Amino acid sequence: MPGAQTGIDFLLAPYRVLDLTDERGLLAGKILADLGADVLQIEPPGGSPARNIGPFHGDDPLPEKSLFWWAYAANKRSITLDLEQKDGRALLEKLVAEADFLIESFSPGYLDGLGLGYQHLAEVNPKLVMVSITPFGQDGPYSNYQATDIVGMALGGFMYLTGDDDRAPVRISFPHFYLHGGAAGAAAAMLAHTHRVTSGQGQYVDVSCQQAVAKTLAHAPQIWDIEGSVLKRQGVYRQTSGENRVRINWPCKDGYVNYMVQGGSVSYSTRALLSWMGEDGLDITELEAVDWEEMGYGAITPELMEQLGGPLGDFFKGHTRAELVEGSLDRRILLFPVATPSDLQDHPQLEARRYFKELDHPELGVAVRYPGAFIKSGDGGDIAGLYRRPPLIGEHNLEIFQGELGLSTPELESLKRSGVI
Amino acid sequence: MTAGPERPIAGEKPLEGINVLDFCWVAVGPMTTKYLGEYGATVVRVESVKRPDVLRRAAPYKDGISGINRSAYFASYNANKMGITVDMRHPRARELMLRMAKWAHLVTENFTPGTMESWGLGFDQLKEVNPGIVMFSTSMMGRGGPMERQPGFGPVLSSLVGLTNLTGWPDRDPVNPYGAYTDFIVPRFAVAAILAGLDRRRRTGEGIHIDMSQLETTLHFSAPVLLDYAVNGREQSRMGNRDSGAAPHGVFPCAGDDRWIALGCFSDGHWEGLQRTIAPDGSGWPYNPNFTTLLSRKANEDELERLLANWTSSWEAGALMETLQSSGVPAGMVNDCRDLFDDAQLQHRGHFQWLDHPEIGPYATDASEMVFSLTPGSLDTPAPLLGEYNSHVLKDLIGLSDEEYESLEEDGVLE
Repeated sequence: MPGAQTGIDFLLAPYRVLDLTDERGLLAGKILADLGADVLQIEPPGGSPARNIGPFHGDDPLPEKSLFWWAYAANKRSITLDLEQKDGRALLEKLVAEADFLIESFSPGYLDGLGLGYQHLAEVNPKLVMVSITPFGQDGPYSNYQATDIVGMALGGFMYLTGDDDRAPVRISFPHFYLHGGAAGAAAAMLAHTHRVTSGQGQYVDVSCQQAVAKTLAHAPQIWDIEGSVLKRQGVYRQTSGENRVRINWPCKDGYVNYMVQGGSVSYSTRALLSWMGEDGLDITELEAVDWEEMGYGAITPELMEQLGGPLGDFFKGHTRAELVEGSLDRRILLFPVATPSDLQDHPQLEARRYFKELDHPELGVAVRYPGAFIKSGDGGDIAGLYRRPPLIGEHNLEIFQGELGLSTPELESLKRSGVI
Repeated sequence: MTAGPERPIAGEKPLEGINVLDFCWVAVGPMTTKYLGEYGATVVRVESVKRPDVLRRAAPYKDGISGINRSAYFASYNANKMGITVDMRHPRARELMLRMAKWAHLVTENFTPGTMESWGLGFDQLKEVNPGIVMFSTSMMGRGGPMERQPGFGPVLSSLVGLTNLTGWPDRDPVNPYGAYTDFIVPRFAVAAILAGLDRRRRTGEGIHIDMSQLETTLHFSAPVLLDYAVNGREQSRMGNRDSGAAPHGVFPCAGDDRWIALGCFSDGHWEGLQRTIAPDGSGWPYNPNFTTLLSRKANEDELERLLANWTSSWEAGALMETLQSSGVPAGMVNDCRDLFDDAQLQHRGHFQWLDHPEIGPYATDASEMVFSLTPGSLDTPAPLLGEYNSHVLKDLIGLSDEEYESLEEDGVLE
């Protein structure tokens, strides 16, 4: 029925998700919704706190104009419920009885305190898969810690490794801590679901955002475990071995490019860049004489990097990003743009794959280009993606409470009057 | 032996009975299939002696001595998998792989698009021998389009996707988020998508080919930034550690070498907790009227940060975290990789697990960030030595006879 309701038949069309999360977990339900599940976002009356997160459409800070909300609530339907009132809890239980998944991101113990913990919900629906997404997990010494993005990115080990070595560690200037946990929540839901379809049993999954971040560190933990050394942040450089490091970000005329000098199997790229520099009239005699072909990964010494830095830096500063990127494509140089949002809006590959998807916001009289599906079928077909603009607060109360749960008009009025919906 | 129905066994791991023929290599693919192995799937990696996984040749090595079976980087991402070696250019390789495709429920790969087809192992060909096969392909740019074959490595995609431009200080050049960061964003989307594909197969009997562009997936980690440009025309850029909704908000020095605390005050309650901790007697710089409201703190943020850094610098980072947290202030020490192993919460979660590898010895690998009430995952076997499971997989799982196996060996297929 949910599949029929949306008119689309993506991978997860038969399933319903109750999404009780706020900004700490919205992405989990978004991923399942993009895969075709029918996701009901359950907001407190007045709207989700995630609607207060900017930026806003037209810089107008209203709950229906939060671009954060738009990004992570698109495809979902919205109903409002005050879970702190008995009627709100009773309605939630009715929805749970028919749902496949419930995802939540409240502080540990909050739902238990309302009598809506997993033990209780599993009595209502033993097949329910319930996923909790919290900063540190449901128990343990930090479980009641206050967390924000920067706190989580720090405790997850990401920040120490990111930034210039002569300043404090930095985070990414767009919060990722909860997004890592949210994406893990979607994977967790599907793992538990896979067990459910073969066994008939639901279960509860407890996701830690801190652990999710700690899994983004590549081999840095192994370097401590095996070598006993603590990897440090490298700024615009990348450590290749021991004391050796190569610069990867370079300023150009109108921004930055990503270029890593390498020898060995990609010495063709270095040679091609050097000859382009030669065409520009730069003196590259000494650099041409280097035996790039025999140089292994990590063999570029600090002295050689120093020698390269001057002419390379001058060359990049003399060209725009577009010139460098286009010229590199022609010359088979491994150079890439440090993209800004505008670069991505008219990216030839994203255009060719029809990535961006326009959704109408009739209330605002605008159509908005959204980032689209994260998968396609191998022949380019649609098996996931966007099909519904983000919901207004409680936009689907009527169709759910009246259409599905069969509440009468007077009952709905009572619930509205008492602030339950 | 062909792919039978997945065995429905309650109380075991959720992916018990799912067979995975895994051509993935380097990081993004192996991290994806590590989750599958951790939760019970039978994962067989197809490797090459002539062109071994890049991570087998990446530090750190046991005792600092390089060797094809000595990389702890490779070992971490390939726990719970078996591995066989096949020379994919050998004329007999295709037939062998099609035989394995009959056994598999899922085939995974992260080569440049077209590679599997060049071996005669594209989705259409796999489907001929196994109509219910689910194939998962991921590449930097996705299949089709002018840039599908764009080469790339580690830090490149962070730059292409716009995350590098969002990282660093406003008065300096941008820096890459650490490592091949996008490689660690993609796998959770991948696991969800793969299991959704398997679920559809279960319901319809139809195989499916899933194509995941790492660029397109990672853009979901900056979707509001893209929308801000699309609707407001604004090009967001890096802001160091500041946040429009909080002050102070950043990373401040602590006692010792390169030790730091991260904290942020988003509410009056957070700020009052910080004031009380700094000056319990209710007087001094935290009570300066310049710092009373969020807007006044934003207006005087440079000075606020300078005074705060002066105060934090005499604290031990872990002690300051505990003290601030007990006052209701969101704060966390900046864990380095040694700290992660000592972190009380990560220990509580069993984040690092140790496996005993025949050449490396005991090594740490990170467990899943998910705790399941009924069917927990586990990491039980170390990463395979190169070709370690050739005989077991081909004879015991696939059912080759001794003669067939020996003939493959003699012909140099298993290299």
